[in-house]
Amino acid sequence: MDQYTTEKLKSIVGAQNFFDSKEDKLVYSYDGTPVYRHLPEAVIFPEDAEQISKILKLANQEKFNVVPRGAGTGLSGGSIPVDNSVVIVMTKWNRVLEIDTSNLTAWVEPGVVTGHLQNQVEKIGLFYPPDPGSLTVCTIGGNVASNAGGLRGLKYGVTKNYVLGVEMILPNGELLKSGGKNMKDAAGYNLKDFIIGSEGTLGIITKVLVKLLPKPTKSITLLIFFNKLIDAGKAVSDIIAAHIVPSMMEFLDNTTINCVEDYTHIGLPRKSEAILLIEVDGRDSEVQEDAEIIRKIAVKNNASALKAASDKAEAENLKTARRSAFSALARKMPTTILEDATVPRSELPVMIEKVTKAAKMFDVMIGNFGHAGDGNLHPTCLTDERDSKALEKAHKAFEYIFNEAIKLGGTITGEHGTGLSKKQFLESVAGPAGVDMMKRIKCAIDPNNILNPEKIFTISPKCEGYLPLKREQIKNLNA
Amino acid sequence: MHNQTQYKDLLKVLPHDDILQQCIHCGLCLAVCPTYDITKIERSSPRGRIAMIKSVARSETELSDRFAEEMNFCLDCLACETACPAGVQYGRMVETARVVVDEAGFGTSKIKRAVKRFSLRRFVASKNGLKFISRLLRFYQKAGLQKFVRATGILKIFSKNLTEIEALSPAISEKFSDKQIKEIELPEGEVKYKTAFHFGCLMNTMFADINIDTIDVLKECGCKIITPKDQVCCGSLMGHNGDLDFALKLARKNIDVFEKHEYDYLISNSAGCGAFMKDYAYLLEDDPLYADKAKRFAAKVKDITEFIFEQKPEMKFISEQTPESVTYHDACHLVHAQKVYSQPREVIKSLPGVKYTELEEASWCCGSAGIYNVVRYEDSLIQLKRKMNNIKNTNAKVVLTGNPGCMGQIKHGTKKFNVDVEVLHPVTLIKKLLKNNQK
Repeated sequence: MDQYTTEKLKSIVGAQNFFDSKEDKLVYSYDGTPVYRHLPEAVIFPEDAEQISKILKLANQEKFNVVPRGAGTGLSGGSIPVDNSVVIVMTKWNRVLEIDTSNLTAWVEPGVVTGHLQNQVEKIGLFYPPDPGSLTVCTIGGNVASNAGGLRGLKYGVTKNYVLGVEMILPNGELLKSGGKNMKDAAGYNLKDFIIGSEGTLGIITKVLVKLLPKPTKSITLLIFFNKLIDAGKAVSDIIAAHIVPSMMEFLDNTTINCVEDYTHIGLPRKSEAILLIEVDGRDSEVQEDAEIIRKIAVKNNASALKAASDKAEAENLKTARRSAFSALARKMPTTILEDATVPRSELPVMIEKVTKAAKMFDVMIGNFGHAGDGNLHPTCLTDERDSKALEKAHKAFEYIFNEAIKLGGTITGEHGTGLSKKQFLESVAGPAGVDMMKRIKCAIDPNNILNPEKIFTISPKCEGYLPLKREQIKNLNA
Repeated sequence: MHNQTQYKDLLKVLPHDDILQQCIHCGLCLAVCPTYDITKIERSSPRGRIAMIKSVARSETELSDRFAEEMNFCLDCLACETACPAGVQYGRMVETARVVVDEAGFGTSKIKRAVKRFSLRRFVASKNGLKFISRLLRFYQKAGLQKFVRATGILKIFSKNLTEIEALSPAISEKFSDKQIKEIELPEGEVKYKTAFHFGCLMNTMFADINIDTIDVLKECGCKIITPKDQVCCGSLMGHNGDLDFALKLARKNIDVFEKHEYDYLISNSAGCGAFMKDYAYLLEDDPLYADKAKRFAAKVKDITEFIFEQKPEMKFISEQTPESVTYHDACHLVHAQKVYSQPREVIKSLPGVKYTELEEASWCCGSAGIYNVVRYEDSLIQLKRKMNNIKNTNAKVVLTGNPGCMGQIKHGTKKFNVDVEVLHPVTLIKKLLKNNQK
């Protein structure tokens, strides 16, 4: 990046918000995604929407790239810098601007930590359900950009079900406001829903209006142990078939159980082949009834033991243990590549078997866990990025898993997004027409391709004139 | 100038690649890091610091003042280790990095470093040294000089903060505890547990009463207590501040001293000392002469609340007491370094007449952090203010905590932020409620 651009950026945000030391570039070269990293040219903490607008206008002028970032916990490489880029960090925008108790909505800045918002609204009897594994750290802006899910997806859906409005700065520097407090809105294209999951390629989110629910009054958390993987799968199908919709139904396999136990010491049985962590919530009577039916289904499917959390603290510990699964797996091996292939939930038992098969076929260690209730699995390959052969095997295993998921009518990512790590598989699930439409939309909104380029898909540079075919012709062009 | 070749060699002492590699940069540590919470900049976070250490260890980047600053800005509270599902040993990395920047001469000036090292070695580690300083301080406090100095603001001449820091120095105990504790103390009835006691430098001089309380409570529990007179400082302050060599000398000395006695539990009432003594096993694992001994020594170390919780010794409490509203602050070196969380809570809740309120953010560092509150007073105040605010919100009359550093810091906070609360060690509260105490 040249001196002029650097000075210009400093004058926009102030020198105190501009960082380009080697240390600062280094610590923004990664996010939560394994293996991928890339140094940015600079890191910027903008103070208001106008500064963001100016930065984007400058980027179009001076042709540098802009990569928006929240807490950097993403798992698809969505916030990893690209060539010639500056990172825009939004973590300091962390105010809850308004909680509207009449409309049950909240206006928040994008840097608000998801867990903080939850705590704040729960204090007044309200509820913001989306709960990604990293909720103690990740931000609402990042959640919206990647359409984050979580443990409660089964009953409550994912981030997109809770976004009522978005304000964002478009790549040309204009402010877009979409949506609002109306529960119904049919005016024109539904732009807000289009922005959700756009992974920072269409604009930089500056404000989000979220929907809140009344907090369920009662919940019961159950932990069910199985000696056979297949029994756990069947129990899940039976519970859904019994028309019970738990607020969460999580699955952990033996490898994951052992790593989580190593971290939490909460007494998970190390020999169990599978655990289901199930929570039902709602009114007291229905919760008791649901829990009883689940208990019966568990027994019918050869559960080896069943445990109910005795109080809120214990339930919270169990959920925290589940959320730690991905990182806890790093106890086994230094690199954990986590994917989130998702299938229609009726296909879950088949998919679990396919994952086990992939591990055997490609000779890789895979810990498997995930959101059993909504068909969203997190097969995690335990490997070592310093060993290129092992890494190769891991990629092959995932290629197999993705293909099998697609064959079952599934998708390559349920909640992490496409980013860098899954873009080669996008076409196989979205189809050529789908990807082509995405690219054309991106080109229309961001013609210079300055905002988070290389994410989701790669836009090939436009060619004008004849394509040089001979070496001499290229020499001429370079001259 | 910085000696580049010298520090290149030192990089070899950084943790081996597997330790560095274990961090999968998931970012879960960011939620609990007190320094990241202030700056919201990645390099002030555990994940950022590890990335920087990794990069230096692999010779991809060089040491710098910015690197040194972030290593020293860290409170070393280890909340990130508790939050880390992958089990990354952050504390070891950051402490090694501190040794490296210290040796290479980054961050602090040479004079400051020398003074810090000299005072830690000369005054804290040597019992007589600390006693000497303490006697001076005691004289100073007694003689009304303190009032004079505080009134005239003489200290302001030296440093803007020195007056504030002076206020941190707790009242020196009338008598040092090692003079009052016999080398072997026996319970009134039969001996149920054979214990040894490490009296800690600060506890011995500044909080001598707590040591006496500890001995009395242990006696009530039926413990025989051996307190070797020739024991030395545990070495934690030096170890955490870049002077590991000296810390190891002290560790070996303590191992030798205690090995001469027969005991099952080595009781500590200072979280910092307990944590460091439990760590002897790791610190000396490559020392052929001491590796095994250190392991044996470390396995016996117990915090006093840990001991009481595990052994559930019988204690006779007074039957009528006035209800006391109590809260508890986790010393980082208990909760994060030793993973002792529920034990003190359970012990406190089981005491008669205690009305316990859980402290919001109880496991968040109070800013004391060894000598952090002296060397980085302004930064430590940010944490203290937060802590005092949370304490105030409990409306408790007593805040309990198991580390002299935290006690001093929170006591300072009661004055600085005007919070009306008594700061006690759990063992002091136990003693107060003992029947034997009422005679």
